[in-house]
Amino acid sequence: MLTKRIIPCLDVRDGRVVKGVNFQGLGDVASPVELARFYSGCGADELVFYDITASYENRSLFTDILRETASQVFIPLTVGGGINTVADFDRVLKSGADKVSVNSGAIRNPSLVDEAARRYGSQCVVLSADIKRVDGIFHVFAKGGREDTGMEAVGWIRECVSRGAGEVVVNSIDTDGVKHGFDLEMLEAVCDAVQVPVIASGGAGCIEDFLTLFESVPGVDAGLAASVFHFGQVSIADLKTAMTERGIPARKVQDSFSAETQSR
Amino acid sequence: MVAIVDYGVGNLFSLRSSFAAIGESAEVTSDIAVLDAADRIVLPGVGAFADAAERLRRSGLWDEVIRQAQSGKPLLGICLGMQLLFTQSFEFGKYAGLDLIPGDVRPISERIRPGLKIPHMGWNSLELRGGSPIFKDTPGGECVYFVHSYFADTPEEYITAVTDYGGELTAAVQRENVYGCQFHPEKSGSVGLAILKAFCEI
Repeated sequence: MLTKRIIPCLDVRDGRVVKGVNFQGLGDVASPVELARFYSGCGADELVFYDITASYENRSLFTDILRETASQVFIPLTVGGGINTVADFDRVLKSGADKVSVNSGAIRNPSLVDEAARRYGSQCVVLSADIKRVDGIFHVFAKGGREDTGMEAVGWIRECVSRGAGEVVVNSIDTDGVKHGFDLEMLEAVCDAVQVPVIASGGAGCIEDFLTLFESVPGVDAGLAASVFHFGQVSIADLKTAMTERGIPARKVQDSFSAETQSR
Repeated sequence: MVAIVDYGVGNLFSLRSSFAAIGESAEVTSDIAVLDAADRIVLPGVGAFADAAERLRRSGLWDEVIRQAQSGKPLLGICLGMQLLFTQSFEFGKYAGLDLIPGDVRPISERIRPGLKIPHMGWNSLELRGGSPIFKDTPGGECVYFVHSYFADTPEEYITAVTDYGGELTAAVQRENVYGCQFHPEKSGSVGLAILKAFCEI
């Protein structure tokens, strides 16, 4: 049975992990390579590296880190942030990414999705959408959630899937950072509209939130989060155990490197 | 030494890295002399069958892969590389494969319950059949990473593992020295590394 995926997201700036990461037993908590190895050992099913490097010159730091991670971590790696052209796809895929997520780049130029899917296959094109309710309607926001595009979100996602996106990350701005659970209503609406895998993002605060997500919206394939994992509020090993106990298909942690020593 | 066949398809970075991680030297190559010198060969692949088959022919390696397989050298096809081992594929038409293992590559929609998402993407568990040497350190039940929309429809005797996605799909195959994995061992964590290691010990 296909398992539900648990995906930690790491923000990387100038080759270092940003946003608080609080682990015991890690020598260098800001090292993306070390953190990726740690999460992989804990049973993470996939990792997302989000490049928030501001300057173009430091982009090579990111690809160096990606290359180093991909040579040591053997689970799927998705890269997002600053993906605006097919050349950007090429750059990160050659450095070891398996999938590439586009957000503002697709809003500016939707044909980027078609071109990338044609060249690399739909399985490597992930559409990421930041969505917020405006007067009761789901709107797509650009530029890291700062700018309302005015576009209706479900229609946008459907369009991108028909252009070739093979997976969708739904990030609810309304629930992001609130830690009161995922945006079930929004996720339901997206799952009803598309036939590709849907990854839920925004709102996870505890293990129960993931269980509620998978039980309430069976169409969701994966749960993505950042700080709840980084701060140790949710241990991936405990989450996998809880999923199994509730009958939600989860991949067992089998690596020897699975002793999770997160601070609580 | 493991030769990873380079015919312009897919991302070989992870595959090469995973052999390095298990302490095996691997070379990404399109050079026939290197294929000759190799102890074993990996045929990778992603994307569409027809495109990959065309590239393999254009690279001049089509007949060479067949010749190497017929010499008795262990050959492992991964994902689309596995599908290429079969007689023919029905992905967007009808295209000939290497015909090293009898069987057809058909849409998974013919096999799985309606309403399930396609591609079959993510971690799914292996149910082993028979006793292929590539699974000598894999007891069965482990999850491995799949991404595919087509499956190998082949006689039972060649199937060494299946997976359940609302219907039974071929996960691994073997005919004598020719092996195939529909999943990506190079993306399947320590389980996948153990499978690659076992292939290197055949």
